[in-house]
Amino acid sequence: MSFLSNYIKEVYGAVSSLLIGMKRTGYYLTHNKEVITEEYPEFRAKMADRFRGEVVMTHDAQNEHACTGCSACELACPNGTIKILNKFDITPEGKKKKAIDSFVYHLELCTMCNLCIVACPTDAIKMSQNFEHSVYDRRLLTKQLNFPGSKLREGVE
Amino acid sequence: MFSIENILNSFHKWLGSMLNQTNVMLIEMALIAFFAITLFAILGLVLVYLERKVSAFIQIRKGPNRVGPFGIFQTTADTLKLIVKESFMPDKVDKFLYQLAPFIVMITAMLLLAPIPFARGVQIWNINIGVFYVTAVSSLSVIGILMAGWASSNKYSLLGAMRSGAQIVSYELSAGMAILSIIVLTGSLNLQDIIASQENGWWIFKGHIPALVAFVIYIIAVTAETNRAPFDLAEAESELTGGFHTEYAGMRFALFFLAEYINIFIVCAIGATLFFGGWMPFHIGNWQAFNHVMDFIPSSIWFFGKTFFLILLIMWFRWTFPRLRVDQLLNLEWKYLLPISMLNLLVMTLIAIKGWHF
Amino acid sequence: MRNVVETTPEGNMVLNVGPQHPSTHGVLHLFITVNGETILNLDPNIGYIHRSIEKMCESLSYRQFIYSTSRMDYLSAHMNNHGCALTVEKGLQVEVPVRAEVIRVIISELTRLASHQLWWGSLAMDLGALSPFFYAFREREMITDIMEETCGARLTMNYIVPGGVMADIHPDFQRKVKEFIVQFKSKIGEYHELVTNNVIFQNRTKGIGILSKEDAISYGCTGPTARGSGLSCDMRKIYPYSAYKNIQFNEILETEGDSFARYMVRMREMEESVNIIEQLIDNIPEGEFLAKTKAVLKLPKGEFYTRLETARGELGVYIVSEGGTTPYRIKFRSPGFSNLSALNHMIKGHKIGDLVSVMGTLDLVIPDIDR
Repeated sequence: MSFLSNYIKEVYGAVSSLLIGMKRTGYYLTHNKEVITEEYPEFRAKMADRFRGEVVMTHDAQNEHACTGCSACELACPNGTIKILNKFDITPEGKKKKAIDSFVYHLELCTMCNLCIVACPTDAIKMSQNFEHSVYDRRLLTKQLNFPGSKLREGVE
Repeated sequence: MFSIENILNSFHKWLGSMLNQTNVMLIEMALIAFFAITLFAILGLVLVYLERKVSAFIQIRKGPNRVGPFGIFQTTADTLKLIVKESFMPDKVDKFLYQLAPFIVMITAMLLLAPIPFARGVQIWNINIGVFYVTAVSSLSVIGILMAGWASSNKYSLLGAMRSGAQIVSYELSAGMAILSIIVLTGSLNLQDIIASQENGWWIFKGHIPALVAFVIYIIAVTAETNRAPFDLAEAESELTGGFHTEYAGMRFALFFLAEYINIFIVCAIGATLFFGGWMPFHIGNWQAFNHVMDFIPSSIWFFGKTFFLILLIMWFRWTFPRLRVDQLLNLEWKYLLPISMLNLLVMTLIAIKGWHF
Repeated sequence: MRNVVETTPEGNMVLNVGPQHPSTHGVLHLFITVNGETILNLDPNIGYIHRSIEKMCESLSYRQFIYSTSRMDYLSAHMNNHGCALTVEKGLQVEVPVRAEVIRVIISELTRLASHQLWWGSLAMDLGALSPFFYAFREREMITDIMEETCGARLTMNYIVPGGVMADIHPDFQRKVKEFIVQFKSKIGEYHELVTNNVIFQNRTKGIGILSKEDAISYGCTGPTARGSGLSCDMRKIYPYSAYKNIQFNEILETEGDSFARYMVRMREMEESVNIIEQLIDNIPEGEFLAKTKAVLKLPKGEFYTRLETARGELGVYIVSEGGTTPYRIKFRSPGFSNLSALNHMIKGHKIGDLVSVMGTLDLVIPDIDR
């Protein structure tokens, strides 16, 4: 007889545990307000301020940046993402002055580790919050970060 | 009052007035074949869409919402994609069986549409052994699945097919027992008779607790028979990567996929007919006023409403429960469902003999 | 790469599970010998995602190499970084500010929670219940949002650097963590309702894949896998590092050693992590978050080893230094590798369906095994 009562208990326990689970999913089935997903292209989430999307160089209104071409970021980068090509400007006094010719950034190699930003002594580069990096051509991922015609801001050493 | 039966009858008379008897029959057969294929396609689209929406709501998502309003054309778009997709065939398959298998599964599903009463007086084939026909033909689909698993020459497919074989063969027993307990009450295998016997109330209410138990067993057994989660061991995505249809792609895969949904519709339609009175409106005994109000709702709406309620129930199972293991699956059938349904059948017989049901 | 065989000489079928298989969660390749549905032997074949992180680290400086360890066990990226930072600090003899220690522990525990939630969802999904995955991600999303705000990334954060943390916590950090705790506590009952108490789930996990305490020791299992067998191996308790010295918490132990015990260890660990965070979140001391270190780090000549508890078990970081700016040799003792080695022992004689549940409760992360 204990066999039979155990059998009935087992069946009852099993069925009730299944019904509890169904009650839970049934709650979500009937409560559409619980939906948490968002529709992406119409709704673009605002990324946090610190979100590391890609490296950009800040330029002010006069098209001036703060990069002295010291290569600290290039040395800090673990992947060889950054290549700085320097040139020498001749100042009016006739002295040679080092300046960047182009700041080449390989987005396809970047792991967004933030080490270059930390290394930069003049805060010339920062992380932007752009996360949509897809392009149709791989060459487009190699970027020149200094704008054409831009020059070093006065007073930044 | 709107009635599909009247439309069909007047159409039949109109055809008969123009053509002789043989031609009328030929035209009607062609129309019915066309109707069956159309229903097959539409049901597939609707049920896949429904499943995706139900799963999305349970999983706190939105579900398809891009193609058309509320994404209702999403499944149409998917079907178009599957049609234009290359029907890739692996190198070492048994070509004849590999190509035949999806059609066997689909034809089986289509054959089952025949005896289902869709509305008052609307039935493709009023066969006097309707229930028996359904149980017999539905077991044929296992042949198609075994064929697919064997012909794919893939170990995963073979394992899936073997699991499916064991599963369908054993679960047919308790599904049959559950059906029998209603047959005992009705005394007829004809689906129209079964519906007519529920004129003054559905069997699930009239048959006391045994009818309820039979209904629960029927739902569990047909869920297993149609290879739906939690009994989807034949496909078992996380174990067998797709089971018997691992090697199928494009439209051949789509046929398996559609056949699964048609099978769900059919078993739910049979379940609705046996336990919920098919197209019979909700009647309470001899309360004429109430019954008359209920009769104003067309019978086809009653039928599809009940069927979709059961389909929803089966979908709800799928998105809630984990999958059983293969030995537990057989344990459940042979140690729990079959003894309970046998006992239930005995009790039901007693009720029927003594006339204790309402 | 060994030859792929169809059958064994005894006539048993050899089934290739992976390298692409839904339940291996990565490119793990298992040769399983089956007789019908019963598994007779299992032979893991690893190395598909070997990126030679240890060798790469030898050419990177002590600041640089830490980022690459996030890619080992990406689900406990913080703990990997933490282990490396601890080892470098040990070599440099740097005193880490108390504030940084506390932040590190809170972030580590959040990572553990996120990792366990992902594991919970994917275990349920492996067993065929697809919905719990989404419920797990609902809460996990709150953690990744917190990570995004404070650390700047959602998965591979590289937030912990030698000497402290890269940036101070975000002003919203404490409020958001408290919000998460409230949400998590209200939903943990739902986790149990849906999965733990479910009769099908219990049948699938109870008595399956039993690993005795002795076997756990001999296979070198650590983490929740070993604690499910009653082996006390929580590095946070045995060798308390960072701020764990000052926290009251329990080491979770279960004695059965089956899949369900491992499952329960992780479920209870989540609640314990919440307990740790609750103790710390209001008591983050003021002060510096980063100790002053030299611009170029040089470890003295010698060997340095630290071990700590990741979400999967014990991670050992071993650095051999010749006194230069880059390590001479680095070795990581990853928890997943040892845990995987016990799989054959656990799975023998069970069914193919059990492979999924046992592998799920081992919580394998394949990049952690291959490195």
